[in-house]
Amino acid sequence: MVPWAPMRRTIGEIAAFVTSKNAGPFLLTLDIVFPDRRTYERFKALKALDRVTIAGLYGVMAEDVLKIIEFDPAYAVKITMRRPLGSGALGESDVYGAQQHVPLMEHAVTWEDA
Amino acid sequence: MTAKRMTILAPEGMLGYGIPARSMAEGMKRNPDALAVDAGSTDPGPYYLGAGVAFTNRRAFKRDLAMILEAAQGRHIPVLIGSAGGGGGTPHLEWTLEVYREICRERGYRFRTAVIGAEVDKNWLKRQILRGRTSPLDLDTALTADDVDRSARIVAQMGYEPFMRALDMDAEVIIAGRAYDPAPIGALPMRAGFDPGLVIHMGKILECGGAAAYPRHGSDSLLGFMEEDAFIVEPPNPDKVCTVASVAAHTLYEKADPYLMHLPGGAIDLTRTTFEQLTPRQVRVSGTRFVKAPQYTLKLEGVRRVGYRTLAIAGVRDPILISQIDAYLENIRQRVAETYPDGYRLIFHVYGRDGVMGRLEQVKEIRSHEIGLVIEVVADDPDTSAAVLALARSAGLHVTYPGRKAIAGNLAFPFSPSDIKAGDVYEFNIHHLVVVDDPLELFPVEIIKT
Repeated sequence: MVPWAPMRRTIGEIAAFVTSKNAGPFLLTLDIVFPDRRTYERFKALKALDRVTIAGLYGVMAEDVLKIIEFDPAYAVKITMRRPLGSGALGESDVYGAQQHVPLMEHAVTWEDA
Repeated sequence: MTAKRMTILAPEGMLGYGIPARSMAEGMKRNPDALAVDAGSTDPGPYYLGAGVAFTNRRAFKRDLAMILEAAQGRHIPVLIGSAGGGGGTPHLEWTLEVYREICRERGYRFRTAVIGAEVDKNWLKRQILRGRTSPLDLDTALTADDVDRSARIVAQMGYEPFMRALDMDAEVIIAGRAYDPAPIGALPMRAGFDPGLVIHMGKILECGGAAAYPRHGSDSLLGFMEEDAFIVEPPNPDKVCTVASVAAHTLYEKADPYLMHLPGGAIDLTRTTFEQLTPRQVRVSGTRFVKAPQYTLKLEGVRRVGYRTLAIAGVRDPILISQIDAYLENIRQRVAETYPDGYRLIFHVYGRDGVMGRLEQVKEIRSHEIGLVIEVVADDPDTSAAVLALARSAGLHVTYPGRKAIAGNLAFPFSPSDIKAGDVYEFNIHHLVVVDDPLELFPVEIIKT
């Protein structure tokens, strides 16, 4: 029996915004914006997001996750990945890339409520 | 540099999305030195560039443009419009000019008007490929002469220089084809000698209009005040505020990397940028630096025609069918293939399963009591497209499956007719860079009769 388990929260519960959008027709960019510096710094300290984790959330290869950037002025973490299909290509399903944020939003990390 | 401060009003983030009259009036009270607006994007997808049509509504576009011209008319300040008509190609410019001339005729306006083309000549581009002057952008594939030949239309994003040339020619209204979005916003301060890093960064924020102010809803305006060592942004709408968070977060928006953003001729570096809350409604930005590139490069955008699309929309409520939806769709596919073996693409968009995320979807089971089905056919010509769709739709309605109770039909169609002609389909096939010796090389600036 485990008497104590660390609490987990989803990124959507911790962040102010979690959004996705095209960055040009062939890239998708995901922004996590935190409500304040303290939350942002706590999240950064977890080192919860790397390319393999993101690739797992979306079922893509790690090399298709191009960048994970911490942007201090906005208390934000940005993830840029290749789209499987270009915006508007045959069989593609989200021209603006605006509804691809959910796997990231629902990803749970170890997080004790302050 | 003569001016110590210069004010730019961006009436909205996309010409034709609706300028709030109050924001425009409040913005004009601040005596802007120019009105500048971005009118284009690749965001709505490849169709508009390929088909040569605008993605904004003509009536809304005319209303917004008339509002801007009316404001400029009274003050004798320049109007700069980038990426006219959305795609920024020749037909998009012509469409914009047609609306523009209609407004001028109706209201008796006479502006000295410059038009800047942005379409790329295919033979010129093929020569640049041979010279090794093109390179891929976000894709790993090099540009080929075949890509160029198959493209329906190719544009290049102009930088600041063509707008500055038009201002040198005393243009009062500048209507430009495809342009780097911040270029029309910053052309006047850039020409006046303000710091290029700050001019570009301010344009990056103003090109989306009020999007960098909270609360973020609706199309709205934004003011930018260019100073020697900083710029200040403020929403003219009294109900909105610019905060460090709203402005910094907007710096991320639609960008692959917020610390280094490329543009024609260089990049801006934001590693030393600071955002300060100057007043409760104003944010001051400083420290952004321009890094000149060793070569002047332009971004190319091109699309090719893929075929003609016909589609039908239907719903499925039956749980027995939903439980075996994959086999059911495969059955339709086979029925269609018996009559039409090839020469088309048949695509099922299954809402309730993976209609939104496609191959990025990791939820594999269907959790909904109903699903939405879009049956899409793309073939080279409209007749083939319609014939294949008609067969897929009727097969979808009537094929049987194990355990079927609802023998009268499998699909609920919300519309009659069920089959919708969606038109030509394009896809982006050129997203590359090209090196040029002269920033004006591809962009003829001419003064036109209005």
